[in-house]
Amino acid sequence: MPGQQELQVQQKREVEKAQEATRPMRAFLPNTDIFETEDTLTLVLEMPGVDRENIDLNVENGVLTVEGRIDFKKYEGLQPVYSEYNVGPYRRSFRISGMIDQDKITAELSDGVITLVLPKAERAKPRRIAIG
Amino acid sequence: MIMRYADPFDTLFAFQQALENRQLSDWLGSSTAGMGSYPPINVFQQGDDLVAIIELPGVNKAEINIQAKGDTIRIAGRKSIDYPEDVSLHRRERLSGAFDRTLVVPMQIEPDAIKAEYNNGLLALFIPRAEQDKPRTIQIR
Repeated sequence: MPGQQELQVQQKREVEKAQEATRPMRAFLPNTDIFETEDTLTLVLEMPGVDRENIDLNVENGVLTVEGRIDFKKYEGLQPVYSEYNVGPYRRSFRISGMIDQDKITAELSDGVITLVLPKAERAKPRRIAIG
Repeated sequence: MIMRYADPFDTLFAFQQALENRQLSDWLGSSTAGMGSYPPINVFQQGDDLVAIIELPGVNKAEINIQAKGDTIRIAGRKSIDYPEDVSLHRRERLSGAFDRTLVVPMQIEPDAIKAEYNNGLLALFIPRAEQDKPRTIQIR
């Protein structure tokens, strides 16, 4: 039964770079759910440790990019002794087709999870076709 | 050692490397109930005390149960994900379910004085070291 199983650790996947990076820093892919209803497409991304003001959302050339930066000041004075996960910025891009009304995208952050609601453009919504 | 660099990217990189180096650390030995079990934990030292930072995105604060006894801390709870009805799922990477994990720290702590904070999907446990366990400077007479 879904939801009843014991939770497993998901190893963080690194962002694969389209370009060669000039800094050695690593970025990670947020775990993402995508689901669709008649009117909207919803993206749910897990970005633990990212504050609201450190999230950037960008739509350019039909690509939606979500970035979350980590405030490393919070780790000042902390010396790692044991570690099971790495910490770094999150980044992920999604190609969104013309079916999305790009001006009406909304975002909400709660408990390290960001939910993006992408409303479909009027012409992309399903239509019932009556038989004449 | 406190890492301080002028360039924030250097700080970040040094920090990522420090975490990496600790990934194979035997600091907890075999005393933790299963490395690789959920949720993942990072442990830091802050002066004499410990800070454990645990990644638990999307978990309701009320569903996290923390107990401490002796040198053992138990973190249990449930992560639930609700999808609205009548949706078609295109991608499903987030996992949900129950978790239960114990952390045994290799030093004497004050279990009654542990403080917990949950913010932005991170659970931070501030674990004070027991007074009698703190190192003492011994004067040579």
